Amino acid sequence: MTNVKISNRHVDVYYGDNHAIKDVSIDILDKTVTAFIGPSGCGKSTFLRCLNRMNDTISSCRITGDILMDGEDIYAKSVDPVQLRARVGMVFQKPNPFPKSIYDNVAYGPKIHGLVDNKTDLDEVVELSLKRAAIWKEVKDRLNESGTSLSGGQQQRLCIARAIATAPEVLLMDEPASALDPIATAQIEELIDELRHQYSVVIVTHSMQQAARVSQKTAFFHMGDMVEYGDTTEIFTNPVDQRTQDYITGRFG
Amino acid sequence: MISMTELSKKHVSPESAARLKKRKSAQKRLQMLGIMAITISGLALVTLLWSVFGKATGAITESYIEMTIELDADEIDRDNIRAANFSGMAKSMLKDSFPYVSGRTPRRQMYDLISVGAAFELRDMVMENPSLVGQTITFEFLASDIADLYLKHSYGQIEAAPHTGDISLVTEGKVTTIQSSAPDFAPLLVSVRAGLHAKAEGLRTQAQMQENGRVVFDQRAADGEDVEVNLAEAIRRGAARDQFYAQADELDALAAQQGAVFDLDSRTASVFVRVGDSWIKLETISETSGSGEILGEFTQDSYAAADWELMVYATPETARKVSDIQAMLLENLRDADKIVTHFNTHFFTAGDSREPELAGVWGAAVGSFWTMMVTVIFAFFIGVPAAIYLEEFAGDSRATRFVEVNINNLAAVPSIVFGLLGLSVFIGFFGMHRSSPIVGGIVLGIMTLPVIIIAARAAIKAVPPSIRDGAMALGASDLQVSMHHVLPLSMPGILTGTILGMARALGETAPLIMIGMVAFIVDIPDGPTDNATVLPVQIFRWADFPERAFEARTAAAIVVLLLFLFVMNFAAIILRKRFERRW
Repeated sequence: MTNVKISNRHVDVYYGDNHAIKDVSIDILDKTVTAFIGPSGCGKSTFLRCLNRMNDTISSCRITGDILMDGEDIYAKSVDPVQLRARVGMVFQKPNPFPKSIYDNVAYGPKIHGLVDNKTDLDEVVELSLKRAAIWKEVKDRLNESGTSLSGGQQQRLCIARAIATAPEVLLMDEPASALDPIATAQIEELIDELRHQYSVVIVTHSMQQAARVSQKTAFFHMGDMVEYGDTTEIFTNPVDQRTQDYITGRFG
Repeated sequence: MISMTELSKKHVSPESAARLKKRKSAQKRLQMLGIMAITISGLALVTLLWSVFGKATGAITESYIEMTIELDADEIDRDNIRAANFSGMAKSMLKDSFPYVSGRTPRRQMYDLISVGAAFELRDMVMENPSLVGQTITFEFLASDIADLYLKHSYGQIEAAPHTGDISLVTEGKVTTIQSSAPDFAPLLVSVRAGLHAKAEGLRTQAQMQENGRVVFDQRAADGEDVEVNLAEAIRRGAARDQFYAQADELDALAAQQGAVFDLDSRTASVFVRVGDSWIKLETISETSGSGEILGEFTQDSYAAADWELMVYATPETARKVSDIQAMLLENLRDADKIVTHFNTHFFTAGDSREPELAGVWGAAVGSFWTMMVTVIFAFFIGVPAAIYLEEFAGDSRATRFVEVNINNLAAVPSIVFGLLGLSVFIGFFGMHRSSPIVGGIVLGIMTLPVIIIAARAAIKAVPPSIRDGAMALGASDLQVSMHHVLPLSMPGILTGTILGMARALGETAPLIMIGMVAFIVDIPDGPTDNATVLPVQIFRWADFPERAFEARTAAAIVVLLLFLFVMNFAAIILRKRFERRW
């Protein structure tokens, strides 16, 4: 079907003495939406943040095992996390646009990475990103207004546009719709489905319905273990592990 | 076993209502206390501003004496105007204008009406326009501080007293005796008599002290302690006591005597008889007569009540800087419309001076400006990077914690210690120029540094982590995150901290005294390496000067300092608003 984008082998994460991720091996496929589900505190967000080395900023955090992106170890000495993060974009739970204009929000990534040479190209990248994030129509007349003046759902789509603008290969989403109302959530989900054609998308979610709706692959995490990983339909209709079944049928979580 | 339904009922019980009332009254009390605190501090502020601004009004204007002076071509060399004795010319002009002022002391007092700076101003004018030499011009001579204060009524003033009698004058030698047909001087005798009684009271107090001493020595003698010496001392004290009592009784008798002639001296009010420009200062008075020396010219032997004036200067001559002669001359000048008042340009354009009428605040203001420039450059451009490093890059190691603790300690160090540091390090070790804004600015910068670092760190900490995460997830490097996002967002807070630190530095005196900025500096500094003083030090110096006229100038300098602070705060607010709008 599709090839492996990020290959994880025996990944362990420790926060000081706390063993947060226990021996996780998982292949993230290209041009696929992979959902990480599981109860609160199970480590799904921690694992997501390993994929773009955002955990580096936490000094007590220690990671072992191999995480290979296109066959290259992202934790190798030769890899600069700054470079990596340009290739692996991320969208957070709470919309966090910069308190700058909408235009500057989107243009920031291309600017610092030198993706374009002139203003015309930059304008094009901004427009393309905003279009792809399905927010262009709403903001095209107010690009100079502050990004923080938008509604919650618009802000989150702006953040997605901002992440897309750096032309990443992988897009990580940490509960991107949990702070939004149902209409905005539906828009975001639709958008994720669109993005699948271009990127490898990894989404952490608390909502089983959301995982079922948007993802092709689902991984279930529990207490730092990755309990089960497979096709989304398979996981939701025919889970192998008892814990997975208990979780998706709502017995805990 | 607790029943929750029973507990629920408590919400509507009378005890609950009482508790609610108590809570409400506690809140009321706190509000009242708050309002009281604000009112008290508001009143304190109003009082402060009232007193400062009230005193400062005396420095808004300055007085000039308009006189005609002949710029004699014999006295002034056209090729070397600078060498001419303008001061001497001004003096002879005064001598010619008031020929009746004679004697060394009165003449000197007359010369003191004009500021020593007036001759220099005249010289500068002639040097600028040499064609004036040989002409007779009208020039406004800057009045001395004493004359200025008299004209502003700071020493009280000569006032006309009511009189009804006609007077006749008899001159014998230098002394002229005035006889009035009515007891015009009687009201003045009341205060003279009261003064004599007060003096007698003082003598009695002294007598009582002698008596106390006598009792003590008497007792010692009775106790058999150095009997002879103590007894002799007791007798001496007794004699002194009797002498004081006798003097007091004498004074009281004099005061009680009807129709007596009393001496007026420099401790009593001064009394004058005035006809036009001519005055007689009375040395003695009785109820209907007085005598004294003439200043000016009296052409008649007698004057009707409507033709003469009885003038009284209630403040005794010893209690004021302006002498009777000076006051009389100033009254004459004022009546002749020769006194001109202008806005006090000296105060706003000149440097320091020992002469209050020539002293200005501009030198100190410029010194403060240069010092603050150095301070802000030093403290801001070291403090902000230090704060960024500590917040964004430094790990949580023992060394950084040590640095942090010491920065906080540094903020609590008394400012004079920084002055010592400046003295020993910058002036002593590096041999930098003392009294210069560059040293003062660096010292104040070091003093302000911890304040700025602490404020900047707090502002940086207040930037939401989500912004950092967002930028970092886009692949911004640590430096880019700091410079593009964290720093601009924390800038309003940093600026506020900087302004607070600068405000403290602007009002700082002690460390600058240590590094010699307390020196007497007349010239306006041209740059941060010139000799300079700063506003608070100038205020400190002026407050210490004995001349009364410096009181108003000190207050006015405080107003200027307040304006300086106001301008700085205003600039900070504008900067903050700008940043807030952009981000």
